[in-house]
Amino acid sequence: MKKLLLTTAFLASPAFAEGELKVYHWFEYIPEDLVQKFEAETGIDVTIDTYDSNEAMLAALKAGKLGQYDVAVPADFMVGIMAADGMLDSYTPEEMPNHANIAPQWMDVPFDPARTHSIPYQWGSTSFAVNRDVYAGDISSLAIMFDPPAELQGKINVLDSQNEVLILGSLYLGIPQCTQDRAQLKALNDMLLNAKQHWASFGSDIAKDVLVSGDAAAGMIYNGFSAKARAEGANVEYSYPKEGHVLWMDNVVLLKDAPNRDNALKFMNFLLEPENAAAVTNYAAYTSGVTGVEPFLDDAIKNSPENNPPAGITPGVFAQACDQETQQLYDAIWTNLKK
Amino acid sequence: MAGPGNIPPSASDTGYRSLIGPLLLPTWAVIGIFMVLPVLLMAVYSFLTKEFRGGVIWDFTLAAYDQFFVTRGLFGDEPAQIEWTYINIFWRSIWQAGLATILCLLIGFPTAWFIATRPAQTRGLWLFLITIPYWVNLLIRTVSLKFLIRDNGPLNESLMAIGLIDGPLPLVNTNLAVQLGLFYSYLPFMVLPIYAAVERYNFALSEAAADLYASRWATLREIVLPVVKPGIIAGCILVFVPSLGAFLAPDLLGGAKTFMIGSLIDEQFKGSQGDWPFGAAVAMILMTLVLIVLLLYARAQTRGATR
Repeated sequence: MKKLLLTTAFLASPAFAEGELKVYHWFEYIPEDLVQKFEAETGIDVTIDTYDSNEAMLAALKAGKLGQYDVAVPADFMVGIMAADGMLDSYTPEEMPNHANIAPQWMDVPFDPARTHSIPYQWGSTSFAVNRDVYAGDISSLAIMFDPPAELQGKINVLDSQNEVLILGSLYLGIPQCTQDRAQLKALNDMLLNAKQHWASFGSDIAKDVLVSGDAAAGMIYNGFSAKARAEGANVEYSYPKEGHVLWMDNVVLLKDAPNRDNALKFMNFLLEPENAAAVTNYAAYTSGVTGVEPFLDDAIKNSPENNPPAGITPGVFAQACDQETQQLYDAIWTNLKK
Repeated sequence: MAGPGNIPPSASDTGYRSLIGPLLLPTWAVIGIFMVLPVLLMAVYSFLTKEFRGGVIWDFTLAAYDQFFVTRGLFGDEPAQIEWTYINIFWRSIWQAGLATILCLLIGFPTAWFIATRPAQTRGLWLFLITIPYWVNLLIRTVSLKFLIRDNGPLNESLMAIGLIDGPLPLVNTNLAVQLGLFYSYLPFMVLPIYAAVERYNFALSEAAADLYASRWATLREIVLPVVKPGIIAGCILVFVPSLGAFLAPDLLGGAKTFMIGSLIDEQFKGSQGDWPFGAAVAMILMTLVLIVLLLYARAQTRGATR
């Protein structure tokens, strides 16, 4: 151990010469040895602060942290919001030799056409997982979350994230996102209030742990988290419900006023290297948006049911950013749910 | 405080008076920069206009306070009515903090009394034992508590093993768990001030009362309580105020199913709502309530001193 520490210290020591890199990242989303590999290769000293929701990240940046971080990892819709707010810097593909490694389907995305602010980090889905020791029945409907069978009542963890809960609820009722239709919003409000009596807890960062510990027998969860819960011993099955599920892609963005812009680009370029992108995937159990990662993927990740949805499932939807007037209605529904 | 243990300043102290002003400067600077300024900033923000997804627009408005007290329905076009949502959240938090305070007092007072009545050389050890758990971060202690009381945790497993219960007691994600968390988090804040007060208590007074045929109950009520009252009140404030804004215990042990004042404010800054003026307004209303409690305490103190 001492030797390891010494080695790390040795590897990290030239860092000051090459400067530093400040990363604002999600919790539990990048393997430590990958960060060390980057530090060893470049001599750059990496500092990582974490957040637990897109909104918390946005709030912190707006409250004065912009200019202190070089890169952040917002989801698709949040990239669009940050770009519109002028919080992102842009780069040219020439500045990033590995830019061509971006998978074609993720190159020209609506939230960053032709990729000049961001690169793909990982993408995945949000729906729910059920402990099959507790409930062996059909789990192909979001009703498992919103109108659960007796075995699961009082044993459900729900993500403490307004966006995901309200979108999954809307999918369950078959109403569009960002609707202003009163009847639809009222129905969503009433459905959620009624479903809440069956829920044990709200929590996002605990979503995996409660399934592993047995505190919850079912829960809304990200697909990679579900795979990790299974790897940690919980007999859970991830559902791709017939009503649909939420799709998302997290992206590394170059922040405006980045104190170490060059190092940020080096880091982004590093993450587009297939071997490194695969290391993140092997750790987080999602799917990378980089071509050529397959040879580096662990079999368990490559073949996980979470990452290989059965044919014929209802396609997922990305979150939409509503306008202010509409968003206020959804905010009110969320406050109503938790009042 | 004019407790019996306090020594009035003697004449020789007055020579240092002229030094007190300059020596207090750093204190005033710290209070000014880290307390008054942020509170002022918060007060100003609570009267500004909300910017979409976080931030403020510099237009003064009462909208945040209006949102707290008045509702016009989900779509904002019904006649104005009193908004009970946030008042209920406050009431729930106050009730919960009050209960935690009473619980801490019930356990903390005998504990403090026990420690203060030990021989002088062992008291330090007892106080040390009280503080040991608090060397660990509050978050970690709260999570550990959850591990202990969960359905398949050691508490339920052992109760089931000895046959006291058939199935696990549902403790996690209940109000009881929140109470337990608050009680556990803040108990030393009750024990320490009461200990300080009891330690100064002259036990000869109890003997004198007994000699004069006072019952044990009368001694406690008439002699002991008035002397240790400042310690009890200080302990109650130190437990009540942080419990009121606590959100770790409600979130982790209570399952975050309902907003507490703390989590309601947190949501305005870190959640999707991004409503900074409203978050600031809720914080201001909370602070006003706490100030009222403290003022009542100060008044009770001065009245007690002049009696």
